[in-house]
Amino acid sequence: MEAQKEKSMILQKEMISSLFNELAKAKETGKKVCYTFIPGNLSELIRTFDMLPVYPEINALQSAMRKKSASYIKEAERNAHSEDVCTYVKCDVGMMMKGNIGPTGEKIPEPDILLLSYTGCFTFMKWFETLKRSYPNAEVIMIHTPYQENAKMTPEMTEYMVRQLKLEVIPKMEKVTGIKYDEAKLKRHLELAKEAEDWIARIFETTKHRPSPIDAYFAGVYYIGPINIGFRGTQQAIDYYKELYNEIQERIRLGLGPITPEGEMKEEKYRLVVEGPPNWTSFREFWKIFYDMGAVIVASSYTKVGGVYDLGWRHDPERPLESLAEYCMNCYTNLNIPQRIDLLSKCITEFEADGYVTNSIKSCNSFSAGQLGMMREIEDRLEIPVGFIESDLVDPRYFSYSNIKNRLESFFQMLEQRKRIESNASV
Amino acid sequence: MNKYYLGIDLGSTTSKAVIINEKDEIIGRGITNTRANYKVAADIAREEAIYDARFTLLSNIIKADMEAKPEFKKYMEDIRTVFQYRQFKRRMDMLEAKLNETAGAFLYNNKETILVKLKQIIETIRPQIRHEFINGGLGSKNQFFRDIVSERYNAEVTKAGREYFEPLMLAFDKSITPVENEMVQYNFKELVLESMKILEEKYKGLADEQEDGSKEDWYYAEMNAVRNNYKNVEMSLREHIEVVADHDIHIAKMVGTGYGRALLPFPEDCIKSEILCHAFGAHAIFPNTRTVLDIGGQDTKAIQVDSHGLVTSFHMNDRCAAGCGRYLGYIADEFGISLNELGPEAVSAKRETTICSTCTVFAGAEVKELLHNGEERANILAGLHKAIVQRAMSLIARSGGVKNEFTFTGGVARNQAVLKYVKQMVTDSYGELTMNIHTDSIFMGALGGAMFARRNISVDLPAPDAKKVKSEN
Repeated sequence: MEAQKEKSMILQKEMISSLFNELAKAKETGKKVCYTFIPGNLSELIRTFDMLPVYPEINALQSAMRKKSASYIKEAERNAHSEDVCTYVKCDVGMMMKGNIGPTGEKIPEPDILLLSYTGCFTFMKWFETLKRSYPNAEVIMIHTPYQENAKMTPEMTEYMVRQLKLEVIPKMEKVTGIKYDEAKLKRHLELAKEAEDWIARIFETTKHRPSPIDAYFAGVYYIGPINIGFRGTQQAIDYYKELYNEIQERIRLGLGPITPEGEMKEEKYRLVVEGPPNWTSFREFWKIFYDMGAVIVASSYTKVGGVYDLGWRHDPERPLESLAEYCMNCYTNLNIPQRIDLLSKCITEFEADGYVTNSIKSCNSFSAGQLGMMREIEDRLEIPVGFIESDLVDPRYFSYSNIKNRLESFFQMLEQRKRIESNASV
Repeated sequence: MNKYYLGIDLGSTTSKAVIINEKDEIIGRGITNTRANYKVAADIAREEAIYDARFTLLSNIIKADMEAKPEFKKYMEDIRTVFQYRQFKRRMDMLEAKLNETAGAFLYNNKETILVKLKQIIETIRPQIRHEFINGGLGSKNQFFRDIVSERYNAEVTKAGREYFEPLMLAFDKSITPVENEMVQYNFKELVLESMKILEEKYKGLADEQEDGSKEDWYYAEMNAVRNNYKNVEMSLREHIEVVADHDIHIAKMVGTGYGRALLPFPEDCIKSEILCHAFGAHAIFPNTRTVLDIGGQDTKAIQVDSHGLVTSFHMNDRCAAGCGRYLGYIADEFGISLNELGPEAVSAKRETTICSTCTVFAGAEVKELLHNGEERANILAGLHKAIVQRAMSLIARSGGVKNEFTFTGGVARNQAVLKYVKQMVTDSYGELTMNIHTDSIFMGALGGAMFARRNISVDLPAPDAKKVKSEN
């Protein structure tokens, strides 16, 4: 069935293709290219220096959705990357080895800067070390991001990061781009970022409605696209989110459920919270298992990888560098395990979820570490049915449709049983 | 009319059927290792369960006699195994024909000699097996047709000489599966009467067995009672056989579960996840169960249940066969012994050889190396069993640990060595707690399915229907 296309979807498509077009023309226009990662991405600072961002994870997941990741991973493994290495890395490295052709079919330019602004994922460091070998002329910028071990960002931690921004990041960016750091410009971007963040927070709160007008995981990963791939801090992002918000309001007014690739979900039977990234190689099949069962995801941790806005944190133009520092420290995988549990518990309670599902990713340590313990704690604390499935990000060899379906079927039947018991008890 | 409920568990290795009555009591069990076609497997298992149910009905009718008189008890035990022999014999006839047909089509130069050898083998093993059924209680040993025949056939093939090994094994391999997968209908009454004839011969021919103290007292008491009084039992059975044979075992509702459940020709609302069924079945037998470990052929499940038998969480391995029943099957093949021999030999080991449990296939290579280095087979087997259980324990830990009471189900629960290590490791990690293992452990999934069928709480079933059935109950 033809997917329903809303105005926001068209807007998003235009934004993405405009970015890739700009990237393709970067050499001609003389714009510098900055490779960076989604968690802790310093989008506003990159824009302040008129650079174009490239996100290797986004390229990897796009390759997976276009069924190209298997050959890229094979290429990387042929070049001595072990089977256990993060498949985002291998997909990206493989893509680079095969000519670095991006999702729009155009070549992605070489990096002028490799900016690592979140070190919570150790793989990121190794990833850029690898890229550095291939792009010896690229400037490497690494900032150490302190982990929220004690569940808070202290002034000392912020100061430590601001110092790195001042002494390491900004001077290097100035050197590469030849543009002088303009704090007023950064402040303007932060102002716009803050507004976009308000909108995205409002959008993800709409799942409290019944039926939920959106799926906060399978559709959610599309919704976070614009703010995650470099549009945070632009008017375009605000326009996109306003449009999306209005569309969702209309769905709420009409009492409609979320849109799926096969049209509207007719009946909302189960409301779930999902922890962990989705599988990208069989994204549609994976989603279908859920919507066929009438399951809608009312919140997910993966849509928070590029920023946790649920708890009120926003970029602050009045404290530009400090708020960039806090942004890096406040990304989802930089929260400690109890903080993640609290955050997910809040989602489960506020959005009245019936169940909690963990998708454990074979090659992602950042997400997988602690997932089981979190699940047990949430199960005990909220007495909610939990389910555990295993797959991978972009390696199709680790997605077993029948096994995942089998587990999820059991999980849904378990939810159904529980619902019946509860409804009998309430009668 | 009495109502019965059927649960069918289509596993990866075996298919099980359980019939229960309106009081949730198991009245029939059926099992088959037919794998080619789930529809046939379901039919065979169901038919087996129906024969078994008729025996249960028969036993219920003569219950008072069975309790009071040893000859009744002994006779009923014997007739079950002889009945199974008659079933076996029909299939054996089919196998013999198939073997001749297969070997007849061979292009070997020595085909005629092969056919002669084949005939000799069959003539040797047939009376062996008959004897073991009638006098050795082979029927009660839970062995499948394939296992019973292949064990003896292989032994004879080895004796026949090297030049015949390949064609004779090939003939067997090509013939066994189609024969195994064929649905054979038996007439219950006819088979019972045939069995009674065989028993009559057996008891007539029984000489006074000397009480040499090698067996328990009750054994001699039962044997003597049945030898002297079997005619009375016969008379009683003849009186009831008609009723039982004609009794309509009306299946009011059924539920299918297990890996093959989606392939069952059942309506969607009659298909349930094996996780829920195993938990429900285990909980029905042991109501205080809170943790269920099920080790099946191709997966291992750790399930946590609440006081109602409802699943609260579960974990299963579906990435790797090391830790499942198939691991044992593979190892048995590596050693060239039958699955049933694994456990007893492993239990006899002096110590456990440490074996890496991460991969079934690589464990095979490790085993060869160990044998080459002179390690004793029993010790290796013990190590392999321990390795499986270690895998299962890690799964249990992931699912939330063991809570009191702990119930162990699945086909592998029949293996004594696995049982030994499960007990050991559960106690070591979680302390002393009640551990339940039932002779019907392999049937727990099917039992859970039958119980769901009786309760009619199948997923997606409209509420008014559920009420209607409830009031009929």
